[in-house]
Amino acid sequence: MEEAITPQVQSAGRIKFIIGGLLIVAAIAYLIFTSTQASAQYFLTVEELVARGDSVAGRDVRVSGAVLGDTIQYDSKNFLLTFTIAHVAGDNKEIETEGGLAKALYEAVNDPSRPRLQVVYEDVKPDLLRHEAQAIMTGKLGDDGIFYAEELLLKCPTKYEEAVPGQAEG
Amino acid sequence: MVYAELGFGSLIITFLVSLYAAGAAIYGVRRNAHAWVDSARNAMLLTFPLLSLSALTIIYLLVTNHYEVEYVTEVTSRSMPMYLKVTALWGGQAGSLVFWSWLMSAFATAVTLRKWDRDREFLPWVVVVSSITLAFFLGLVIFLENPFVRIWQTGTGQIITAMFQPAGSRIFVPADGSGLNPLLRHPGMIIHPPMLYLGFVSFVIPYSFAMAALITGRTDDRWIRITRRWTLVAWLFLSLGLILGGRWAYDVLGWGGYWGWDPVEIAAFMPWLAGTAFLHSVMIQEKRGMLKHWNMILIILTYDLVIFGTFLTRSGVLSSVHAFAQSAIGPAFFAFIGLTFITSLTLLLQRWNELKSEAQMTSLLSREALFLLNNLLFIGILVVCFWGVLFPLISELATGQKVTVGPPFYERATGPLFAGLLLLMGVAPLSAWRHSTAKTLGRAMWKPFIASLVVVAAVLIGGIRHPAALLGFWLAAFVAFVTLYEFWRGALARHRRLQESLPAALWNLAARNRRRYGGYVIHLGVVLMAIGVIGIEIFQTETQGTIPQGGQMALGNYSISYDSLANFDTPDGRNVARAVLSVYKNDQYIGELHPRRDYYYESQQPMTIPGVRSTWEEDFYVLLVDWEPISSQGATFKIYHNPLVNWLWLGGFVFILGTMVAAWPEREAEAETERARVRRARYAAAEA
Repeated sequence: MEEAITPQVQSAGRIKFIIGGLLIVAAIAYLIFTSTQASAQYFLTVEELVARGDSVAGRDVRVSGAVLGDTIQYDSKNFLLTFTIAHVAGDNKEIETEGGLAKALYEAVNDPSRPRLQVVYEDVKPDLLRHEAQAIMTGKLGDDGIFYAEELLLKCPTKYEEAVPGQAEG
Repeated sequence: MVYAELGFGSLIITFLVSLYAAGAAIYGVRRNAHAWVDSARNAMLLTFPLLSLSALTIIYLLVTNHYEVEYVTEVTSRSMPMYLKVTALWGGQAGSLVFWSWLMSAFATAVTLRKWDRDREFLPWVVVVSSITLAFFLGLVIFLENPFVRIWQTGTGQIITAMFQPAGSRIFVPADGSGLNPLLRHPGMIIHPPMLYLGFVSFVIPYSFAMAALITGRTDDRWIRITRRWTLVAWLFLSLGLILGGRWAYDVLGWGGYWGWDPVEIAAFMPWLAGTAFLHSVMIQEKRGMLKHWNMILIILTYDLVIFGTFLTRSGVLSSVHAFAQSAIGPAFFAFIGLTFITSLTLLLQRWNELKSEAQMTSLLSREALFLLNNLLFIGILVVCFWGVLFPLISELATGQKVTVGPPFYERATGPLFAGLLLLMGVAPLSAWRHSTAKTLGRAMWKPFIASLVVVAAVLIGGIRHPAALLGFWLAAFVAFVTLYEFWRGALARHRRLQESLPAALWNLAARNRRRYGGYVIHLGVVLMAIGVIGIEIFQTETQGTIPQGGQMALGNYSISYDSLANFDTPDGRNVARAVLSVYKNDQYIGELHPRRDYYYESQQPMTIPGVRSTWEEDFYVLLVDWEPISSQGATFKIYHNPLVNWLWLGGFVFILGTMVAAWPEREAEAETERARVRRARYAAAEA
């Protein structure tokens, strides 16, 4: 059934395939490498961003923090959203020791000693933007110390505590 | 209240029964004791009714507002409609794990009901693998994420949660639950998560058979033939889950997008990529007896990516697009993934020599070589995804600094690979097994190729100059023509040979060779989806602005005028602001749109719902951004023009249709290839 293959032909065929395969693997590695270089961004906490200041000014970075509800202002005519975020630990383990993300966010907004960062974002105000939400943003830190966000993602962990008020005994 | 105890008790029994099933099957096979194997089988059959009891208990608690159960409080509220209360079964983490296990037991039961005499050597091991998987998920539910935990008030007035009544405490019933996140309150909630989960779960079955093949040493392609339809069904559900997720995002998330390279989306996409590579490469093993190691690796990878995907997507607190809370179940998942991965690879290494290729690849343009290339590209995309998800961790370990990559990374790195796959989709169906040359391929290809150039010329004349769009349209046209040409050639041959009418010939052609022509229909679906993606990714335009009542705003050849706005409360606890817009195209009135903003009182959560006018040509998509309380002051809108986006959904439909054709049971007995028949005889002889 199979064609008779002499050892020489076999190894020649193999080399052909190995070279072809290596070329493709190299191409994929190249794509991953250059794309990583082109779009990698530092993921910083508010504290780190404030501490670095000028060294990251003008560079695309990611930063996350807890939204302070009172500071949210939206000028819908100009699609100009401003708010302030408070420092939240970047490490998952630290967040766990604080009692989970919801607790960590709660602590962050109620601790005036934490570093804070003012944010400006020009687009539609996201539905999920609210007090104690976690904002994850991509953008640049301006010379004025304000963070100009180009992308804004929000996480709102549901908290069991929220359900406690307004309970009835059964 | 005994329901919680009932449901929880049933979970524990199922957990013990599935452990027993695994143990009894192993013991029975090792001792050659049929009674034990049969007992394992019966145990496996018992898991489904038991888990049905647990799952139905949760649903009962959900729909009857038993808020003393913590899970019910977390995911439902009184104002939610009935259908959403039922779907809240998979609205939270604990419930979705029960749901997963329930589906798993249903599939395992279906497999167990197969005729045992046919694949007697495999089935005990299939029971072992699937019941261990089931036991793992049940263990998570019982020990870490119990949906039946209740709320208690202690003597000192403290509110605590526990499964069983702590001493001196009373049951505590909150007046209302906190409710499902408004983003999840969409009919998509009924169908998207279950489809994804069905896809995840059903991939466990082919994996179980693969492991059974490795353990028993029956390493021919029998396991692949048995699980072929399972794999297709798993793939069907997974694909459907992904497509529906995209549609849901497009409808609900308010940014006019369907895919955001969110880590959770990627987590569901990765098993799909590995599974798709597997679906293609098993064909080479069936036809040519090659790539046996590779297929094993692919199915192991798919299985562990399914577990990983479940870990990341288990709905939990889906507050952002896909937020997920950290919890104790993370380490358990990683331990299980590590354990199964290492065990599977060990089994594979033990059989490595038995899985030698039966043939050698000789021609770079042969069908099998092109399939191999297709596999490399799929795995390439998988590696890109994996790298993107893990990069923050890697960078933190290497430099102490967290560095992330976003959607631009994925788009840039996968774009050429997707284009390569499209091109292959056009070339591979025309290449021959074993041996193809550029000459034979060229002869088969020139007609569709010329036709595709005509399309590109037409697009150019139409005024499109964007190079990526031109390349994309060319690829789409090329694949479409090759595929249609294949249908045409096949039908014409039947028509000439058997004197069938052309439609009948076409129908019979596909019906007689469902796998091949179903596959072609899937390819056509991909082409349509590609057209939609090109349209929205490259040609999407947007504008925004505030206009007074009666005022106008334009985008392209569309314009809207803002007629009125109504603000009212609804019985289900929402405040709705709904704008009425008149839409004009080329200054012709074409209809009304009603973009709105719902505000959910109980969760204090607004939700923007777009007004969309959909045609084959484009979607005109309007968001209500803001409005003045006195409506004469005006309102602010954001408008998107999404050309060709509906081809994406049409393509999704065709894609699913093609998968169903390919997976449809054959009426006649499973056609065996010559190779398979020879091998079967050899095994029968060896056993005798």
